[in-house]
Amino acid sequence: MSRIALALSGFFDRRTERKRHPFRVIMEKEMADHFTGWRFMILTAIIALTCLGSLYTALANMGQAVKPNDPEGTFFFLKLFTISDGTMPSFVVFISFLGPLLGIGLGFDAINSEHNRGTLSRILSQPIHRDYIINAKFAGALTVISAMLFALGMIVMGAGLVALGIPPTAEEFVRMVFFILLSILYVAFWLNISVLFSVLFRQPATAALSAIAVWLFLTVFYPLIVNLVMKPLEPSAVAAPSQMIAIEQFRLALMRIMPNQLYSEATTTLLMPSVRSLGPLTMEQMIGTIPGPLPLGQSLLLVWPQVTGLAAGTITSFVISYMLFMRREIRPR
Amino acid sequence: MAGNIIELTGLTRKYGQFTAVDNLTLTVSRGEIFGLLGPNGAGKSTTILMMLGLTEPDAGTARVCGIDPSADPVGVKKRVGYLPEEVGFYDDMSGLDNLIYTACLNGLSVIDAEARAEKLLERVGLANEKHKKTGKYSRGMRQRLGLADVLIKDPEVIILDEPTLGIDPAGVRAFLDLIVELSREQKITVLFSSHHLHQVQQVCDRVGLFVGGRLLAVGDIQSLASQLFGKSPYSIEAGFELPDRRTGETTSDGQKRNEIREALLGIEGVIEIREENSIMYLACSQDLTGEIASAITVSGARLTSLSKREYGLDDIYYRYFEGGYNHE
Repeated sequence: MSRIALALSGFFDRRTERKRHPFRVIMEKEMADHFTGWRFMILTAIIALTCLGSLYTALANMGQAVKPNDPEGTFFFLKLFTISDGTMPSFVVFISFLGPLLGIGLGFDAINSEHNRGTLSRILSQPIHRDYIINAKFAGALTVISAMLFALGMIVMGAGLVALGIPPTAEEFVRMVFFILLSILYVAFWLNISVLFSVLFRQPATAALSAIAVWLFLTVFYPLIVNLVMKPLEPSAVAAPSQMIAIEQFRLALMRIMPNQLYSEATTTLLMPSVRSLGPLTMEQMIGTIPGPLPLGQSLLLVWPQVTGLAAGTITSFVISYMLFMRREIRPR
Repeated sequence: MAGNIIELTGLTRKYGQFTAVDNLTLTVSRGEIFGLLGPNGAGKSTTILMMLGLTEPDAGTARVCGIDPSADPVGVKKRVGYLPEEVGFYDDMSGLDNLIYTACLNGLSVIDAEARAEKLLERVGLANEKHKKTGKYSRGMRQRLGLADVLIKDPEVIILDEPTLGIDPAGVRAFLDLIVELSREQKITVLFSSHHLHQVQQVCDRVGLFVGGRLLAVGDIQSLASQLFGKSPYSIEAGFELPDRRTGETTSDGQKRNEIREALLGIEGVIEIREENSIMYLACSQDLTGEIASAITVSGARLTSLSKREYGLDDIYYRYFEGGYNHE
C-alpha cells in the first residue's frame, strides 16, 4: 500500500501558488483515489487482459476474415474490434459485457462511503455548493473511465498496426474514436445507475448488489422475458409481411429497453459500415441495392436514436440521484 | 445589531409530526463562548445544521455573520467552521494531507495550505503525528485534528457539536482549554453543544438550555439559577429525629412533625417545604441555616443532618427535565 501513499503525496506535492477551484480540488482528489486504488487497477487489469486476448484471436483470424468482393474490404482495420473465431468474444462484446462492471465498480460507493466515514458533513461544511460533490464524483470517475477506454482503444489499434502492417484510414480512425466515445457513454450510464444506488442505500454493499442486480436483470433475464412475451405473438409462415414487420418492430422496441442492446446495435453500425438498417427490411427495399459500405455520416445518422436513448438513460439516472442528494439532509453519520 | 454574530428568530424545523426545533429565538454575540446544553435529541444538532444551511428551516430565519444561511450557504460556510459530532477523515490519507485538502476547498493554494496546516497541527499538538494515516489516529487525536480542520479556514465562528464525546477526562480538559485559549486569542465566537453539564460550566460564558426543541432559558449560570429558582436560590436539607420524652427512642409522631413543619414555615424567608424520607427540603430566599437549626432544636427534635446547597448547572439541568424530559 506504500505506493498509494507515494502517489498521493505526489498528488499533493505539486507545490504551486496556483489556487484551484474547489470543484477541481474535489475532482482531482476523486481521480487520484481511483487511479491509485486497488479497485480500479483490478478492473483495468481484467478489461485490458480480456481485450488483449480478443485482439490476439482477431489477429489470428484476420486471414480468413477478409474475403474477396467483401463490401467492407476497405474497412479492414476495423475488423480488429469485431471478428472472432468463436473461441473468444470480440473486443466489442467484451466492452459491452465488462463496461457495466467498470461503471458500477467506480460508482457504487460514491456518496454512501463518504457518509459512512463521516467525511460528507465535514466536506459540506466547507464553502462549496452541495452539488459539487456529486458532480465532481461523476466527472472524476468519467474522466478516469475515458482515459482508460481511450488508452485501451489506442493500444489495440497500435498493436494491430504493428501486427498487420496496414495503417488505418482516416475514416476508420474517426469511426474508432466514435466507437470509444460511445463506449464511454455506455459506461457512464452504468456509472450513473450505481451512483444513484449509492445515494439511495447507506451500505455500499447493498448499493453494489442492487446495481449488479439491475445489470444482470437487463442482460440475462430481460431477453428471456421478451422471448416469453413474443412466443404467442409469433407470426405464422403465411402471415402478411406488414404483420410480420409490425411484430418484429415490437420485439425490437422491447429489446431496446436494454442499454446493452442499444450499445451493441450502435457499435455494430459504427464498426461494420455495411450495416445499413437496424430494423427489418423487406425484399422490396432491398431490391436494387448494391452491397457497399455506408459513409460515416450515414452510419452516425443510423445510430443517432441509440445514442440518444443511452444519453437519455444516463441523464435520467443522474438527475434522479442529483435531486435525491440535494434534498437530503446531511447529518453526521 | 453589530454585536450579534448569530441571530436566530422563530426558527422551526419539523420532521413529519415531530417538531425537532420549535420557534427558537437566540442571539450570540461576537467573541462569546456559548453553550448549547440539552439532552440527546433535544434539537441541538438540527439547529446547528440550519445555521450552516445544511437543512432548511420550516419557519423563521437564521442570520450568521449577517448572512442568511438558506440563501447563501457558501457565504456562511466561508466564515463558520463546523466540527460534526463524529468527525470523519479520509483514513488512507495522513493528517496533514487531510488538512491540506480542506484548505484547498477553502480556496488556498497548496503551498499556503501546507504552511497553515503545519502551524495548526503544531498548535493542537499533532506535529509529531502529521504524516501518520488518520485511520491510525485515536479518538482524541481525531478530535484535535478536527479542531485544526475547523480552524484552517480562519473562521469567525466555530460550531462544535458534542466535541468531547468519547474522549478520556484528561483529554477533555486539554481539549476544552485549547478551545478557550483559541477563542480568546483569535476572538473567535464559539458555539458549543453538549449534554455534559460540567464541561459547559467549565468553559462557557453563557448557556442556552435546550429541551424538546425549545430554548427554555438563556444566560450565565448565576442568572439561569435565579431565573429558575426565582425567589428561592437556596435549598437547605434538614434531617431530624423525634425522640420519645420518656424512653428516648425514636418515634414517628405525625402531629409533632407537623408542628415542626409549621414552626419552620414560620421563619421568615422559608418559602416551601418538601418532605421525603423524613428529610425536609426547605426552599429559602436567603441563607437561613442557623435559624432552621435552632428552630428544630427548640422544638425538642434531635437534629441529625443539615446541609446547605447552592444551585449549580446540575440542578438547573435536572429541574428542567422534571416532567417528562428524561436524560438518556
